[in-house]
Amino acid sequence: MPVYSLNINGKVQKVDVASDTPLLWVLRDNLRLLGTKFGCGVGSCGACTIHLNGNATRACLMTVSSIGTGKITTIEGLSAKGDHPLQLAWDEVDVPQCGYCQTGQIMTAAAFLKKNPKPTLEQVETAMNGNLCRCAAYHRIREAVLVASQKTK
Amino acid sequence: MEHTLHQERRDFLRKVSLSAGGMLLGFTLFEDLSAQTGKGHVIDGVHHDFNSYLSIAADGSITIASPNPELGQNIKTSFAMIVAEELDADWSRVTVVQAPLDTSKFDRQLTGGSGAVPHSWKRLRTAGATARQMLIAAAATTWNVPASACTAENGYVIHKASGKKSGYGDLVAIAAKLDVPTDVPLKNHKDFKLIGKPIRNVENKNIVVGKPMFGLDFYRDGMVYAVVQRPPAFGSKINTVNDKAARAVQGVVDVVRFGNNVAVIANSTWSAMKGRKALEITYSADKALESSSDHADIFSKLMDSANARMHRKDGDVNAAFKSASKVIKREYECPFVPHNPIEPMNFFADVHADKVELIGPTQTPGSARRAVSDLLKIPEKNITVDITRLGGGFGRRLKFDYVVEAAEISSIIKKPVKVIWTREDDMGGGSYRPAVRYRFEAALDANNNLTGYKLRGVGMNAGAPTRENNFPSGSIDNLLIESLDHNSPITTGAWRAPITNFLAYAEQAFLDEVAEAMGKDPVQMRLDLLQKARTNPAGPVRYDIDRMESGHQCLFFSCILCRPDL
Repeated sequence: MPVYSLNINGKVQKVDVASDTPLLWVLRDNLRLLGTKFGCGVGSCGACTIHLNGNATRACLMTVSSIGTGKITTIEGLSAKGDHPLQLAWDEVDVPQCGYCQTGQIMTAAAFLKKNPKPTLEQVETAMNGNLCRCAAYHRIREAVLVASQKTK
Repeated sequence: MEHTLHQERRDFLRKVSLSAGGMLLGFTLFEDLSAQTGKGHVIDGVHHDFNSYLSIAADGSITIASPNPELGQNIKTSFAMIVAEELDADWSRVTVVQAPLDTSKFDRQLTGGSGAVPHSWKRLRTAGATARQMLIAAAATTWNVPASACTAENGYVIHKASGKKSGYGDLVAIAAKLDVPTDVPLKNHKDFKLIGKPIRNVENKNIVVGKPMFGLDFYRDGMVYAVVQRPPAFGSKINTVNDKAARAVQGVVDVVRFGNNVAVIANSTWSAMKGRKALEITYSADKALESSSDHADIFSKLMDSANARMHRKDGDVNAAFKSASKVIKREYECPFVPHNPIEPMNFFADVHADKVELIGPTQTPGSARRAVSDLLKIPEKNITVDITRLGGGFGRRLKFDYVVEAAEISSIIKKPVKVIWTREDDMGGGSYRPAVRYRFEAALDANNNLTGYKLRGVGMNAGAPTRENNFPSGSIDNLLIESLDHNSPITTGAWRAPITNFLAYAEQAFLDEVAEAMGKDPVQMRLDLLQKARTNPAGPVRYDIDRMESGHQCLFFSCILCRPDL
């Protein structure tokens, strides 16, 4: 199998996997970066959202061979101490119920806030639209994104 | 399910002195502490037979073991709050760990039926209060003052008269030497500081950094991954299996058949998924398979059947409809609904000749273990179940088919294995909320009075899809409620508030239609019906009229949708 060098959370990691392996399963099975979740495998739920060069991307749809030198950030690399404004806001607003989708929600929100640091509620709703929460904690997710936007200077 | 508290033995609390200088109170939730065969806890190298505990370390940190599966209903937070309340602990020093399945004796180490807190409430409080009393006694002895002159607050024992103050961590070594008191008083509810307050989920900080805690996050070196091809329709059976292409997929190590399932075993999840796609399987069926259009026909036939089960009959419905000046008739239908917890089904199993290790997300660890014991003929005492956090349950994980599947595969391949369902497996493989159709009819007389009401519910594996004593039963003189059920091969199960979930919507939607036809305000119309049920009921009234009247603003909205466990 080919060996791929991936730039993940600022570190180059080598993996030896089939070329069509989705990044999701490389992260989970090979690198044990388990914050990126498997929810649907077809890009419909957002639980596997990571950043590729700063853009929110579905890891389940991205094959390992398509990444090249792209810079990947997973939830484990979002902040050094779990203190990204979104992570703090998520706790403050007490967002999670079961919690499974939340890392994907946070990664989508983080890429969004970077581009639009002071969004309106409507913009937040649009940005978060593709991330499903089966427990339906949507109102708190929206609130937490807005709280985080106020924390960001 | 009944929310009964079992009779408690006075000596249910067991004390353990920790080698590191701390104190631990072990206790058993849900059942008397008696000879137990389960796993219990190993503390300082010694096995203990309690299934839950409260420990206070010399540094003042407090650990509570919570036995019930956590799937987002926040039971870990609730249990810790209850203990910490009576302990007067510093909430920021409390951590909660998941206890494993302990013994076949517990009937409530499960999540479902809204029973965890009612069952455990008194024991958790007693554990906290007992520890608090021992810490106060330890301080009183040290300071040579009466215990009654000391109070506890936020992790400290305080003697106000002398101004002395000691943290719990500094007192545990002494407290651990004291006898465990009995008949410890509990707080008055009005003195609660934590209970009743909005307290954040104790796992928030772990969740937001992606710390592994769910079933799918469990990995063990040397384990293999299994993805299973189940029959494409309920009732189909395997004719032939050609696994040549599947075995040729890089990373696939084995293909095994069990029943009408074929498992592809690989050294990664992706290889197993790819291998499954390469399987060539032909199926047949002994009898005609059911389709959605068959279901529609079956429902229509049941709606007109003369053989309905009668659940309630008040007055003379036929006469009311015969003399009606207006009849309103509506049908409401809900198909089979998958639960779709966002974490797909999965379980880890490691089966040996005489013992089994099971790890994963389940709402019913005890039932899962019994089923695995039955299948493998291995006694339950040799089977351990560790419960991970569940990425949602909604009733799907009350069923344990995927646990048994993992155990069966491991027993065949003789390796530790993690079985992973895909989203498509979950959507297509059941189990679903039973499909139902309701027909409501209302008769209005010339003065727009509601004189007659009929409800017929028909379902697929729904049991009785109606509830005869729901509102508006009792408030309408002539009323008939009946049902019919079709036995379908499609697997079904509880899905948050079985039956009442969709029925409540249909009932209230219909009453809105009736109010519209009567030209009445929909809330006022309901309040009028409640008044009739109170002053001049037709037959028994089994709902709480006062509660419904006082809460009429939100009366007609179901609150059950907020809860992820059913």
